[in-house]
Parts: sequence; structure tokens; C-alpha cells
Amino acid sequence: MNGSRETDSPILLAEAVSKAYGEQLGCVDISFELWPGEVLAIVGESGSGKTTLLNCLSAQLMPDRGSARYHRRNDGLRDIYAMSEAERRFLMRTDWAFVHQNPRDGLRMNVSAGANVGERLMAVGARHYGDIRARAVDWMEKVEVDTSRIDHFPRTFSGGMQQRLQIARNLVTGPRLVFMDEPTGGLDVSVQARLLDLIRGLVTRLQLSVIIVTHDLAVARLLAHRMMVMRDGRVVEQGLTDQVLDDPQHAYTQLLVSSVLQA
Amino acid sequence: MTRGQTYNFAYLDEQTKRMIRRAILKAVAIPGYQVPFASREMPMPYGWGTGGVQVTASVLGHDDVLKVIDQGADDTTNAVSIRKFFQKTAGVETTTETANASVIQTRHRIPEEELRADQILVYQVPIPEPLRFLEPRETETRTMHALEEYGLMHVKLYEDISRHGHIATTYAYPVRVNARYIMDPSPIPKFDNPKMHRMAALQLFGAGREKRIYAIPPYTQVHSLDFEDHPFEVQQWDQACAICGAEVSFLDEIITDDAGGRMFVCSDTDFCNKRSGSTAA
Repeated sequence: MNGSRETDSPILLAEAVSKAYGEQLGCVDISFELWPGEVLAIVGESGSGKTTLLNCLSAQLMPDRGSARYHRRNDGLRDIYAMSEAERRFLMRTDWAFVHQNPRDGLRMNVSAGANVGERLMAVGARHYGDIRARAVDWMEKVEVDTSRIDHFPRTFSGGMQQRLQIARNLVTGPRLVFMDEPTGGLDVSVQARLLDLIRGLVTRLQLSVIIVTHDLAVARLLAHRMMVMRDGRVVEQGLTDQVLDDPQHAYTQLLVSSVLQA
Repeated sequence: MTRGQTYNFAYLDEQTKRMIRRAILKAVAIPGYQVPFASREMPMPYGWGTGGVQVTASVLGHDDVLKVIDQGADDTTNAVSIRKFFQKTAGVETTTETANASVIQTRHRIPEEELRADQILVYQVPIPEPLRFLEPRETETRTMHALEEYGLMHVKLYEDISRHGHIATTYAYPVRVNARYIMDPSPIPKFDNPKMHRMAALQLFGAGREKRIYAIPPYTQVHSLDFEDHPFEVQQWDQACAICGAEVSFLDEIITDDAGGRMFVCSDTDFCNKRSGSTAA
């Protein structure tokens, strides 16, 4: 449409998203805007509703109340919960990407690395083997996975390599909005640092909008422009990352920040 | 009529046959779509063609002439057993000649001779879901069929090329029916895939253990999946049938002795017999 609309509108607009599991609250009345190119971190301890919220926002879970509107390339803001399943799944393999904490959830362990990266291309209609393979090689280089291992199974890869491969697999179709659930969880610190470096580079270069769930405040500080602190399913504090981390206002945020181990 | 007094016509009771015919009608209406049906226990083990036998029993009439082939041959155990089964339970006429049959039940082959519009070809299917080995969840594969999400099928072909340099799938080669559903053609060699395309005969597929029936109506488009730079190809042999000299048929390699002797012969016995009979005369 007109060129200005791209930047005039948030890419994702959540209003009062709530999800309960029976008596148990998942997340309550979450509202925020995410703008193109922005990285939003959702932090909080285990059980605070971060993952529930992420699953609601990525339409993998239907919330009880509230709406989430996504700015589609062709027709502007659309409520993702009102879309058909076909439309949602189409978004999921084109405009969106989801990086799981455990690469086993995001990769096919019994097909080769190249096919893992190529799957989304084939899902949107790529039918030229040579092209698909060339793009798989290209993306493996971008995420610094040895391209000579293109025909190896991901289960023979190290944890860090699996995670990088999962990122390549997700980004190959040029998504605009990336959901990440603890992408550096379970990795040792040096591997974590390289992965964060890679993610930061890709996010800047590709102008991605990202919602990243983490319990690691260092990850949030490194990647996120803005952050939301969650506790018991509610957002207790939100703002610019540096502001929240350097000058926490809410008692719980203060506790979180002061709990970080100093090396 | 030699029909046994103890059996209903073609073994199955009439209610069951009606149920299966309804499934067949739905399958014909939605080419390539797997229709669930209440598969019955048959007096044979799963994997021996229980699905095909139920479909055959449901479409068979008193005037039909039945031919049963297994790997193209009329004289293998499976073919002989099923033919005898219907001789006994339905008392229908049977034949080994493709041209004389009105219903042909098959396992692993399509006859070489072109089929006509007044014939029905019934396939025995072990695993009807072509996406099964890539996606084990039935709920997920059904959704993928419903939404036409077929990228995964090409992942399998991609894997073939990356490992072998060409598409190494030689049988049960996935096809797209009527430009919509992706379908497993049962374990026929890919050599037979082109014969499915716009075939004059009605093609019915029965999977007994998996409880699915699907169909390709006459003159329906059947396209074998491929890549632009790795197009679909069928097997080729650099020799002719050692018995009848045919150069266009699917050949079996037969080991003739313990010293490495071997010969290539037509897998379709009726086709081979006809040709060698006529050339000998």
C-alpha cells in the first residue's frame, strides 16, 4: 500500500491478552505495542506466565480474552485470533518465526541440516533443488555453521550448532516478526555469548522485530530495546531496558536485578 | 453356481458392503482424499491385502470377472489365495487375462496392458499416509492435507537427492491427484506412476489395517512430485525381457542358479505369456 503505513503502525498490538488454566492464572491483561525493528524482552521467574504469553502472541495458544493484531504486509492490522487456521499457519511459515528453547522442538532431527533450512522454502513453493541448496548453504554461513555438514543430521550437532541451525531454518524465508523462547537456555557461557552476538547482528541487519522471553537479565540487556517484567501473570514494570535494569521501580524488579550473580 | 451356502455373497455382509461403498463414493468425489472406514477383520493377516479384499468384495457383482495379481504375477501365493477366496465366497468367474477382467485386484503393480473404462483396478495399500514417515502425528498430517501444506513431501525428495544425487525413491513414489491431494500410490514401482495419469479405469485403494479408502476417478490428472532441476523419471533397463523380448515392460531380475546366473523377465506374467505365445506361434 502507501509507503508510510509500514512505519506508521506497530507491527504487533496486544490488548488485554489473558489466559487462565482453570483456576490457575497464565497471564492477565497484557497490553503492549511492538514497533518494526524493535526488540522486546519479557523477563520474569519460572511460572510467571512468560511462555504462556509468548504462545498466545504467536497464536499457538488461544487466549481467553483480549486481542492481538498483527500488521500484515498486504492488508494492515488484523486480529490473529480472528484469522483462519490456514492464515495463521501461513504467517507462521512466512512472516513469523519461532525459535524454541530446545532445538529438538524446532528442528527435524532425522532430516539433514540442509533440508531443515530448506523446508520453509519448499513450504512456500520453492521447487528448484539447486536454488534451495544454495540458500541453505548461504544461511548456514550466516549463522556460522560449517557448510560441509549440510548433509549431516542435526542430532550429530552440538547444542550451540543446533540452536544456530534452528535460527537459520527460521530466518530463511525473511520473516518480520521473530518469537524467541529462552534461545540461549542450556548453553555454556562462551557458546551463549557467540549466539547472542549472532542474534544481535542478524536482528540489526535484517531489521527484525523480536519478542524474546528470558529469565536471564544479561540477555535482555544485550538484545532488547524495551522490556516487560512479569510476575504471577501480570506485568509489574515495563520500559526501556537500561532504565528498568539500572533504576528498577517495582520491588520485584529490584529483587530480580539485585539477584544477578556478580562474576 | 458353486457359491458356498455358508457365506454371504463375497464374504462380507450387506451392511458392511454398503458402508464400504459409501466410503468409496466419497473417495471418488474427492480424488486422492483418504476416507476413513470401519475396516473389518478378514480371514487373512493384515499386510496380505485386507483393505483391497474388502474393496473388491464391495464392488464385485455376480457378472464380474476377477483377476488378482501380486507383483504383476497371477500365480504367486497372495494372488492365488485371494482369487480362490472369491471363487469360493462369491462364485464369480476369474481370469488371468487383463483384457477379460472387469475387476483387477493388485499388489505392487499396474498391468502393462492399457486398462479400459469398464474396468476397476483395486490396490492393496499398507500405509496410506504419504507424510507418515516425516510427520508421525495423524492429527497433524490431516491438517496438512486440509490446508494443502505439502512442503514436507519435498523435504523427503530433497533428502534423496542430497544423499544419492538423484531422487532415489523407486516405489510408493508420491503423486499429486487432480492438482490437490498428495497421495501414496501404494508400493507400485514409480515405473507405473505415469499409467495412473488420466487412466480410463476407476482406481480404488484400500488400506485394511489403517482403515482408509481413497480413489482416483477415471481420466484424472496424476502428477508425480519432482524438482525443476531433478524431473521425475522412470526406471530403464538396458535389455529386453529374456522370455518375450519386450522392451517397454517392467522387468524382474531372476536368479537362475548358484553361480550368479540371472535373467530379466517381465513382472506382468499375463503380458509376457501373451507376447511369447504369439511370437512362438
